[in-house]
Formats: sequence, C-alpha cells, structure tokens
Amino acid sequence: MNNEMAVIEMPNLALVMPEMFLLGMTCVLLVLDLFLNDRNRIITYLLAQLTLFGAVVITFSQMGGEAVTGFSGSFVRDSMGDILKIFIYVVTAIVFLYSRQYLQLRNMFRGEYYALGLFGVLGMMIMVSAHSFLTVYLGLELLSLSLYSMVALNRDSEASTEAAMKYFVLGAMASGMLLYGMSMIYGITGSLDIKEVGSYIANNGANNIILSFGLVFVVVGLAFKLGAVPFHMWVPDIYQGAQTPVTLYLGAAPKIAAFAMVMRLLVDGMEALYVDWQQMLTIMAVLSLALGNVVAIAQTNIKRMLAYSTISHVGFLLLGIIAAGPDGYSASMFYVLIYALMSTGAFGMIILLSRAGFEADTLDDFKGLNERSKWYAFIMLLIMFSMAGVPPTVGFFAKLWVLEAVLNVDMVWLAAVAVLFSVIGAYYYIRIVKLMYFDKAEDNSVIVADVDLKVVVSANGILMLVLGLFPGMLMAVCQQVLA
Amino acid sequence: MTFEKIIFYLFATILVLAAVRVITSRNPVHSALFLVLAFFSSSALWILIEAEFLAITLVLVYVGAVMVLFLFVVMMLNINVDVMREGFIKYLPIGVAVAIISAIEMGIVITGNFSGDKSPALVRKGADYSNTEAIGQVLYTEYLFAFEVAAVLLLVAIVAAISLTMRKRPNTRSQNPSSQVIVKKEDRLRVVKMDAEGKGS
Amino acid sequence: MMEMFIDLLFILLKAFAIIIPLMLGVAYLTYAERKLIGYMQIRVGPNRVGPKGWLQPIADALKLLMKEIVIPTNANKFLFIIAPMLSIGPSLAAWAVVPFSEGLVLSNIDASLLYILAMTSLGVYGVIVAGWASNSKYAFLGAMRSAAQIVAYEIAMGFALVGVLMAAHSINLYEIVMQQSGGIWHWYWMPLFPLFLVYFISGVAETNRAPFDVAEGESEIVAGFHVEYSGMTFAVFFLAEYANIILIAVLTALMFMGGWLSPFQGIPGLESTFLAAPSIIWFLAKSAFFAFLFLWFRATFPRYRYDQIMRLGWKVFIPITIIWILVLGAVIAAKASYVTLGLCTVGIAGAYMLFNKLQTASRSS
Repeated sequence: MNNEMAVIEMPNLALVMPEMFLLGMTCVLLVLDLFLNDRNRIITYLLAQLTLFGAVVITFSQMGGEAVTGFSGSFVRDSMGDILKIFIYVVTAIVFLYSRQYLQLRNMFRGEYYALGLFGVLGMMIMVSAHSFLTVYLGLELLSLSLYSMVALNRDSEASTEAAMKYFVLGAMASGMLLYGMSMIYGITGSLDIKEVGSYIANNGANNIILSFGLVFVVVGLAFKLGAVPFHMWVPDIYQGAQTPVTLYLGAAPKIAAFAMVMRLLVDGMEALYVDWQQMLTIMAVLSLALGNVVAIAQTNIKRMLAYSTISHVGFLLLGIIAAGPDGYSASMFYVLIYALMSTGAFGMIILLSRAGFEADTLDDFKGLNERSKWYAFIMLLIMFSMAGVPPTVGFFAKLWVLEAVLNVDMVWLAAVAVLFSVIGAYYYIRIVKLMYFDKAEDNSVIVADVDLKVVVSANGILMLVLGLFPGMLMAVCQQVLA
Repeated sequence: MTFEKIIFYLFATILVLAAVRVITSRNPVHSALFLVLAFFSSSALWILIEAEFLAITLVLVYVGAVMVLFLFVVMMLNINVDVMREGFIKYLPIGVAVAIISAIEMGIVITGNFSGDKSPALVRKGADYSNTEAIGQVLYTEYLFAFEVAAVLLLVAIVAAISLTMRKRPNTRSQNPSSQVIVKKEDRLRVVKMDAEGKGS
Repeated sequence: MMEMFIDLLFILLKAFAIIIPLMLGVAYLTYAERKLIGYMQIRVGPNRVGPKGWLQPIADALKLLMKEIVIPTNANKFLFIIAPMLSIGPSLAAWAVVPFSEGLVLSNIDASLLYILAMTSLGVYGVIVAGWASNSKYAFLGAMRSAAQIVAYEIAMGFALVGVLMAAHSINLYEIVMQQSGGIWHWYWMPLFPLFLVYFISGVAETNRAPFDVAEGESEIVAGFHVEYSGMTFAVFFLAEYANIILIAVLTALMFMGGWLSPFQGIPGLESTFLAAPSIIWFLAKSAFFAFLFLWFRATFPRYRYDQIMRLGWKVFIPITIIWILVLGAVIAAKASYVTLGLCTVGIAGAYMLFNKLQTASRSS
C-alpha cells in the first residue's frame, strides 16, 4: 500500500477510439450472445450492425487534419486510413446484411460469425493504421485467424474444412515469409517503425543485398495475402469451399486492408527501394492478369470463377502501385474500394438466388434470370459490366485511371497487356449476361428474399451505375488523401 | 576459460543435442521430452545473460504448461512415426536447400550490418536491478499497442477454438454438479405416514 | 577459480542444511498423517516401532531401500527410472528461494515467486513420464488425469499469485512478507480472501492430495501413475509428494499469512514484548498448521469425481480469481487501504455464510 507507483504516461487514447469502441462492443456481443437463444439471435446481428455504424460515426468525426502517430510510433491515424476504414465498415455491414438470411435458413445463424467477423474488422483497422512492422503483423494475424476460423465454421462440410485447412497452412507460411522478411529489414535498419525504416533506407542507400532479400520475403508474403500469381493457389479452393457468406466476407473488406498493408510496407516504408519492388510487382501483375482472366473462362462454378476474377483484379490493383506515384496510388485505392463493392454485389446476387438446400453457385443457375425477374437480371448485368469494365459503370473508370497512371510513367507495354487481358476477361463476365438474357431458365421458382436483402442488393447494383456516372467525387477523395 | 564460459558451453551443447534429437528421435514422446530439455537449456542460457524473467517465464509457460499439453496429446494419439517418415528422402533435398539458404541469409544479416552500433554490448547490471520491472515498463509504454493487440489475438484464438470444437449433442448425458450439490433431503425423500396394514380385514 | 569452488561448496552445504531438515520433516509428516488420521478415525495408528511408533518412518524407509525395483516388461527403462527424479528434483529445487526468516534464505533472487511457480509446474513431468513409461493402462490413466488436473489448477494458482504480487508490488517472496508487516489484519489472507482459498485448494489439487487424488485413485485405478513402482523408486515419489505438501504449506504461510511475522504485532500492550517479534517459530507454526490441514482434508472429504474437479478448476476458481484481480486493481487504482478491503471481504464472506446457514435452517425447519 505504501509503495509509490511508477508513473506511466497515458497514451493518446482518443486516437484509437474506433478500435477501442469496436473491441469493446465485440466483447459485449460475445458475452450477450451466450444468453440469447436461437429465436433471439437476431439481437446479435443487430448489435453487430450497430457496432459498425458506431465505428463509422466515430471515424467520421475524427476525420481530417494531419496524420498523427501515437503509442510510441506503432499507430498512425491519417486521412487515407480513415477513408479505408469507413469503407471497411460499410462493406462489412453490407456483408453481414447479405448473410443474415442465408445463415438463418440453414440453421447456421450463430453469434460467432458476427463476433469473428468483427474481430476481423478490428484486425483490418489495425493493419490500416499500422505504423510499425510489429503492428502490421499483429493486425494481419488477427484478421487471418478470424478468417481461418470463419472458413471452418461450417464443420460438417468437408469442402469447408478442407478449404480452412489449406488456407491455414498456406496463410501461416505466408505470415512466416512476411515475418522473416521483416526480421531481415529490422536487422539492417535496426528499427520496426515504418517511418524510421523508410528514412534509414533513404539515407543509407538502397544497395544492400540483405535489404533486397528482406524485401523479396515481404513482397512474397504480401502477394500470398493478396492472392497474386504465383502465390494464388489458395484463392479458388477457399472461395469455393467456404460458405457463400464467408466467401463474401473474405473477398471484400480484407482486400482493402491488404491494399493498406501494401501501401504501408512498400510505399511508406520502402519507397526508396521502389525500383526493386516495381519489378517484382510487375511480374506478379502480368501473371495475375493473364492467369486470372484466362482460367476464369474455364470455370463452371461461379464462386470459383469470381475467385479467378479476384486474381485478375489484384493484378490491376498492383498496376497502380507499380506506377509508384500519387496518381498510381490513388488510382489503386479507388480500384480496391470499387472492387470491394463489386465483389459484395456479385456474391450478394448469389445469396439472393440461393435457398435452403440450393446454393445457386453454378453458372447454369443464372440461366434465364431475365424471365424470372427482369429487375435482378438488370442488377446482375450492372455488376458484371462493372467487373468487366464496360462504360458507363464505375468499373470502367477504375480500370481507366489505373491504366492512365501506368501510361503516365511510360510503361506502355504494361498498359497494353492489361487492356488485352481485360478484353479476354470481359468474355466470361458477358457470358453470364448472355446466360441471363438469352438462355432458357432451368428453374422457374420465384425469387424469395427478405426486403432488406432485396433493397440493398438493388442499391449495390445501382451504385455501380451511379458511381459510374459521377466517379469524380470518390476519385477526388482518393487523390486528396494520397496527395 | 572462465567458469561462466564453461557453463555456457555445457548448456549450449545440451541445447543443440536436444534440439537435434527432437527431430531425429523415432518416438514422438521422446521428441517432446527432448524439446522440454531444449527449452530448459535455453532458459539456462538466458539466466547466464541475466534475463531471469524471460528464463523463468520460458520454463513456466513452455515447459510447465504448453509442453504438458503437447505430451498429453502425443501420448494419447499414439502416432506412428514410420508412416510420417514416408517421403522423407523425397523432400530431403529441397528441405536441406531451404535450410542452407535461410542459414546463409541469417549469417549475412548477423555478421553483416547487425553488429556494433545497433546492438550495444551486454551491460552487467547490479543485483538490485529488476529486469521484471524493466520488461513491464517497456511492455506497458512503448509496446502497449502491440501488447494489447496480441491479447486480442489470443482472445480470438480462444473464441475460434471453442466455436470450432464445441458442439451441443442432444443425446449426451451430463450432470449438473451445482444442482446436485444444493439438493436437500426434502427434495428427494418423502416420508409417508401410513396406518399399519391388515388389522381390520 | 579456487574461490569459485569454495563458494560452490558453501552453497552446497547450505542446500544440505535445507534438505536434511526437510527430509526429516517429510518423514515425520507421514508419521503425523497416519497418527492423526488414526485418531480422527478413533484408532491408534502406528505404535509398534519405537516408543509410540516414533521410529516407524525410519523403518519404512529402510524397508523401501531394501526392496527390489521391479521394472515391468516393455517399459521404457530409462524414462521409468528417471521419472521419480523428475518428480523430486523440482520440488527440492523450489526450496532454494524460500525465505525462512529475515535474512535466512539460500538465494534471494528477484523473481522468486515466478521461480517457485515455474518449479512447481515442472512436477507434473514426473507423473506423466512415470505413467507413460510404465507401459500399464492404469498408470497411463493416472498420468492423463493428473496432467489435465495440474494444468487446470495451475492457471487458478497462477492467477491467485498475480493477486499477491499486485498487492505487494513485488514478485520477491521476502518483499511480499515484509509488505504484510503491521499486524494480523495486514496479512494478505484478509484482502485477498478469495485468492487465499483458491490458492490453498489449488495447492491441494496440484499435489494430487485427497480429495483431488484421482491420479492415484486406489479404488478405481489401483494406485494410478505409480502403480508399477516399487522399492526406492516408489519411495522417491512418496518423498516428492510430501515435500510438495510442505512447500505449499510454507508458501501459503509466506504469501497469505505473513511468513515469520508475529500475529501479535501492532496490538497495543503486546507491541514491545517478545510475542510481537518476528521469528522463525511463527513461520514454522503457520506452515505446520497448513500441513495439518492437508491431513485433515484427507480424513474428512470423500474423493471428488473427475468431472467435478475439472468444473471446480475451470468454471469456479479461474473466474473467481479473475474477478478478484479486477477488484484488487480497482482498489489499488483508488488508493484504498487493503485493511478496509480485507474487512469488507471477510465481512461479506461471513455474511454470506450466515445467510446461507439461515436459509438452510429455514428450509429444513
């Protein structure tokens, strides 16, 4: 009692308000869920949505102003982070909304889906705001651990279990790579702080063999997490094996976080080494574009097809970073935000068409959708056009700006390759449109879904068009935060 | 050679031998026990550089808890090592290659830049220096954020593990000890007053 | 170099000075156990060897020394032999940091509480290895039970110690005792009352003593992990078990009962008399009391069912300790006095018991 206590300076807690709020609410949700029976489980869902809404409000209220670091340099709050975080919340909220009915119909409406989902969001937020290698890694692990277990959540399905196992083993290996690379860079620079690493490299020159080794490992780790070729092997199996709501979750918001991780590590931390990583990313981008688009053509399962489409989109995402300049980065950021919305829309449609005992995950299930419902066929058309990059949908502008950035740094051949493969890729997106409008329906049942799902899927599709008509605003935001 | 050096080499040798035996031993239980020995020797090495908190925590956490559970599982599973060793030769070349490359890289890092200015020489602190307190100070100030995130990570691991393994089976029989304990005599036993039988009839 | 060896020799002698009395203590604890349980069951207990049976432990030791060590067929010989040593090694090593009185300690290391926790957590290896190496189903069952049990209770025990170190602001046993000075109401059993109970009961479970002795469980699995052991190997297990009992008793006395501090300290009038002076006598008396409790438990309680043991460990003790650590944290942050906390705690506990008693009484009437 009579001991004097060591005085510890209180860190700036206001900085991590969104994280703290989310963590606190998730713990509340976790405990509350124990006391709910299956009939009242909807409360868990509503609480999860409320949490995300609260996080949006808090992050929004903090927005603007200079970048502030805190917690001895392990955390940074800046405008890019805020925008990405808000998109992560919104996309996740949409994902939760889409998956509610699906899970309820299959007796899988469990609190853990939402708890783990929110923990995943926390992981993404930490990645987005990371300012030290240690924080990047911890955020990534938090996200990955949530994802592994969400994929495995449907224990009785062999496909899910297998997918989870593959995801876990490969993910652990990728984390190992990343960590190994980080440890090498730490060995050279003597710091974990991203800014200090950056300034060390800038001051002491980039001609260091170990630094390059470290960079290679970091890039490999990042590529694994992004799912870029040749580190893409896990993507199709996991997209197909996991339940649709989980695929929906892991295909959307985590890509935004992965983009943030690339920005933090490669751009903020090792921009001085950009010649090195530019080459590596170029190879990966070209391979991703080629493989993703070509192999997607051969798929009959739409989830698998979308997995390959993801790979090709990752290729595009990398193009913007390769351009290595504010234009390229903002184009990439725009791309990833739009991609997350497109991807939720596409999976939302799959969920909308599915029923208990029927997954609607093959291409044939989309045959003749126009006869069944003109409206949803139109929504799907918008989403597919946006993915393919057909004007006037927003996907066109996303691709356009990335290509523009690449052209600005005189990498004409790269832009040509990208265009070529997008044209090839357009084939399989348009094929779905053809199936919907020109083929006969095999199954004429009426689409039954709750109102919220119907409204939001429609809004999601329309958004592709609206953003396509007015793309300037979001792009301006992206440019502003990365200027 | 000083006394301390002799002890260092003694424990270092034990550590390396134990580590080798972990992967060469044919019996998984032996492997686990050698791993225990390896942990123990490395904690001894830590004590030599006056990192007693880490050393004791290593024993406490890894040897005292983690490895016990490890052994528990290994003993229960009855693993057949020979099956696991199929393909050992097949994967040997690539394994060796990876090992050598990593070793070389590590070597370059350690011998190359990472000496001198960035890692100051070991300072011998006096007996009243508490390295438990020092670690606590750093953990709760400089690494507070990472520390808390790591805690959340463990929480997620617990939630995930429970949600993946816990399954309510309707037909399992279980007892509720607290309801058993609070039972009173009156709940189970009823004394019925009856007239003696068979007199009148 | 020479000085080094002299130093080492000196340390060795000190270690012997601790171990020999300890071994004697162990021997007579077994005697006390048999006698006490005998009296509790209205029997006499051992009374043949020597006056009042005083030489009984010596006779037992001699008998065990003379007996053959039988090694079962297909047992893993090396591990079978080494298991008893794994069992006794840590339980003796833990004594290195135990302070017996002011200044009377072999090695006053900074993190002595952690060291003890680490050493006691190693004891389980002896049990597991013995059970596995014996190549016997009963022994294996005993080992598995004991492994799960010890890991479960170690967590509760660790948390209870966290409470102690929070209260004392130190993980040094000597410091912890000194922080408790000022009279019986300053000892930590009062402010940390729930932790005190949890610690002691977990200690009983950690040593595999009745009523938590399912690892031995004579009626179910004969003698559990040491069923195949005979002669000296068995004796070593026996020694380790009793050395652990004494260790837990000693630690409870140190951490919750003020160690060598006098209970009369701080009482006006007695303050200046010899009664209030700290002394090793108090320490031994307190430890003996807790060791006595171990024996008393054995005579009183029937063995717990295995699932009940697990439930108690995971679902009762761990939550209790976590809650009390929170309470303690709040008290420390509010800079309230431990004495107040202690009085409140014991008051609440007493009120609860009284309430329970009254309720039971009203139900049965």
